Amino acid sequence: MAARLVFLGRLEDAAGSGEREVAPGPLAEVLARLDPALAVELLGERVRIALNGALVAEPGGVVLADGDELAFLPPVSGG
Amino acid sequence: MRDVRLLETAFDPALEIERFTAGHPQSGGVVSFLGQVREGGGVEALELRHYAPLTLPGMRQLADSVLGRWALDGLLIVHRVGTMAPRDPIVLVAAAARHRRDAFAAADFAMDHLKSESWFWKREKTADGWRWIEPREEDRRDLARW
Repeated sequence: MAARLVFLGRLEDAAGSGEREVAPGPLAEVLARLDPALAVELLGERVRIALNGALVAEPGGVVLADGDELAFLPPVSGG
Repeated sequence: MRDVRLLETAFDPALEIERFTAGHPQSGGVVSFLGQVREGGGVEALELRHYAPLTLPGMRQLADSVLGRWALDGLLIVHRVGTMAPRDPIVLVAAAARHRRDAFAAADFAMDHLKSESWFWKREKTADGWRWIEPREEDRRDLARW
């Protein structure tokens, strides 16, 4: 089992794919195992985070469990 | 009353407005806004992405807040995702009300919030390839009107 990261918008290009399986654990540890340039993008001030479809106010406290989906949402550009 | 849809394939705005209007015979006014893919600038295609767990639920919440704010008989929000060509319809908002001012304001509010708060990401294709569209400052200013 694993957790899944989902990259929306331009973050998909930064990550090289729309999603990626990662080993579960605290978010800080998950990010530390990624390419540092990507981690910096994901931690951008304007990037929101959703855990299993719900927006997270305090990403620092997120711990990913097996089967969790964590989405990184850059500023929107719709309509 | 509330009809909110996210579509993967093309829709016919005229047909949608006709059905919506026919469904609200008691309304004195129906205001609609149609957004389409702009032609020109070398744009060959436009793609809208969404995030299923958030996008449609967020559009439904937006519709509820519009209905709570103005006295409407009905509200229609139809939004495309996927790849579109120039002149393809992207978004249709229609508000039906007893009085036209409520319908104008409701459609305006809904569009401003769809543009700057809903969970969509847009990229366009030109001869140089695909490029993500960054949010526009005007869209955030438009939101501050409310």
